Amino acid sequence: MAYSDKVLDHYSNPRNVGSLDKGSKDVGTGVVGAPECGDVMKLQIQVEGDRIVDAKFKTFGCGSAIASSSLATEWIKGKTLDEAEKIKNTEIVEELSLPPVKIHCSVLAEDAIKAAISDFKNKKASA
Amino acid sequence: MNLPIYLDYQATTPVDPRVLEAMMPFFTNAFGNAASRNHSFGWSAEGAVQQAREDIASLIGASPKEIVFTSGSTEGINLAIKGVAEMYASKGKHIITSQAEHKAVLDTCKHLEKLGHPVTYLVPDSTGRISVEAVAEAMREDTVLVTVMWANNEVGTLNPIREIGALCHEKGVLFFTDGTQACGKVPVDVEADNVDLMCLSAHKIYGPKGVGCLYVRRRKPRVRLVAQIDGGGHERGMRSGTLNVPGIVGLGKACAICRDELDESMQRLGSLRDHLEARITSELDFVHLNGNKEHRLPGNSNLSFPYVEGESLLMGISDIAVSSGSACTSASLEPSHVLRSMQVGDDLAHSSIRFGIGRFTTKEEVDYAADKVIEAVRRLRAMSPLYEMAQEGIDLASVNWQAEH
Ligand SMILES: Cc1ncc(COP(=O)(O)O)c(C=O)c1O
Repeated sequence: MAYSDKVLDHYSNPRNVGSLDKGSKDVGTGVVGAPECGDVMKLQIQVEGDRIVDAKFKTFGCGSAIASSSLATEWIKGKTLDEAEKIKNTEIVEELSLPPVKIHCSVLAEDAIKAAISDFKNKKASA
Repeated sequence: MNLPIYLDYQATTPVDPRVLEAMMPFFTNAFGNAASRNHSFGWSAEGAVQQAREDIASLIGASPKEIVFTSGSTEGINLAIKGVAEMYASKGKHIITSQAEHKAVLDTCKHLEKLGHPVTYLVPDSTGRISVEAVAEAMREDTVLVTVMWANNEVGTLNPIREIGALCHEKGVLFFTDGTQACGKVPVDVEADNVDLMCLSAHKIYGPKGVGCLYVRRRKPRVRLVAQIDGGGHERGMRSGTLNVPGIVGLGKACAICRDELDESMQRLGSLRDHLEARITSELDFVHLNGNKEHRLPGNSNLSFPYVEGESLLMGISDIAVSSGSACTSASLEPSHVLRSMQVGDDLAHSSIRFGIGRFTTKEEVDYAADKVIEAVRRLRAMSPLYEMAQEGIDLASVNWQAEH
């Protein structure tokens, strides 16, 4: 499989790898995928007001999955929750030139953003 | 040391320069058809083919008359299984095989199933091995053929061929073994090992691609086959088609070299393999061996690196040519059927790498590969949510994963 330069770049120099304190009320955590399927993404956001001030990820998956989640954290940092929620997997596909067989990696990244936001909102609501 | 490093010797091998040299004249000056009986061009081709039969026979303990040339193991497998099934259909139709066989065997058996041959697919143990007891249990009145591979191409596990063969002979059932990965790499003796039919392929043993042969026993019992390719009646009617003389010469030379160097190569490859595994397991935790530590091909090492996905690991070691137990090429990626049959979990299967060490592998290359693998696994685990969870003491099997595929 030939990878695009952008995928290779994110794979070799992933942005925002790491973890935030998932117990903190300002942090939303999304974990999507499953080990048997070969991809699991954990994406976390730190929110101030309605703005994402920090984002971190850890991904178990192929190079395209790593690149998709790395790109996702890059994009959502500094965005409001509403803006971040509007990110579409197709934009990730386009940016990384993912081939059709790797589209599910971008879907997973979109799901991870949504899951992290929803976790944050749930925490807020129950606080 | 040249990059990239080739560690995929179970997929194929380079042609040994000695093999190539032996083949060369048969492309040009000595181009005759081995079936031409009227002139020296034909005679010299026929002589070279005869020499090849002898060299192959001597590697596997057969007689030269028991060798039928084919285009490789896929054809040998088709000829053996379909040829026996068709020939002996009136005696019985049941076939016993295993889930860990090569696709060529499994798909041939599936084909026969559609034609009304019942097939039993034995489940190997967790090391990929088929026990003689399992074969005995599966035997029925109408069993005509057992087909169990000698050495598995993915995990290198060696099956108890001699015992399975003895059982088959006792029951009067024919025994075919796919010897593609075993011949030339471990001792093979069709007499002592009770084998009735066996295929092998030149490109796995430093010969050219597209040539191989099928051993067909002529005595005790005399095995008969229905030809699957009709034509001029070459190879005693079992496989028509003008013989691929240069390829056959290459196969013969490859077998002769393997025979002469067998002991030394088993020693050397075994110790390189052990060195690779020792280096990797001393520096990485949770490394899982797929296969059988005791009964294994010397040049094979199939390892899983839990919490790291195989394709991303291959990317991290891109100047090393190895193969992975899964390919993430679709939403529902399929782990290898061999690892699945061994009840290796899909998550472990996705993180598996097969290292294949061979004749031209050096210690320096093995060390380079070990360094690269260690570095890549460490880096990927540092970004793996699964590794993090495992270290927090979370049992991954108990997690309710959110995924539809
Ligand atoms: C165990 C086994 N059987 C059969 C084959 C098929 O051999 P060939 O490439 O000669 O058709 C292979 C190699 O791919 C193999 O490893």
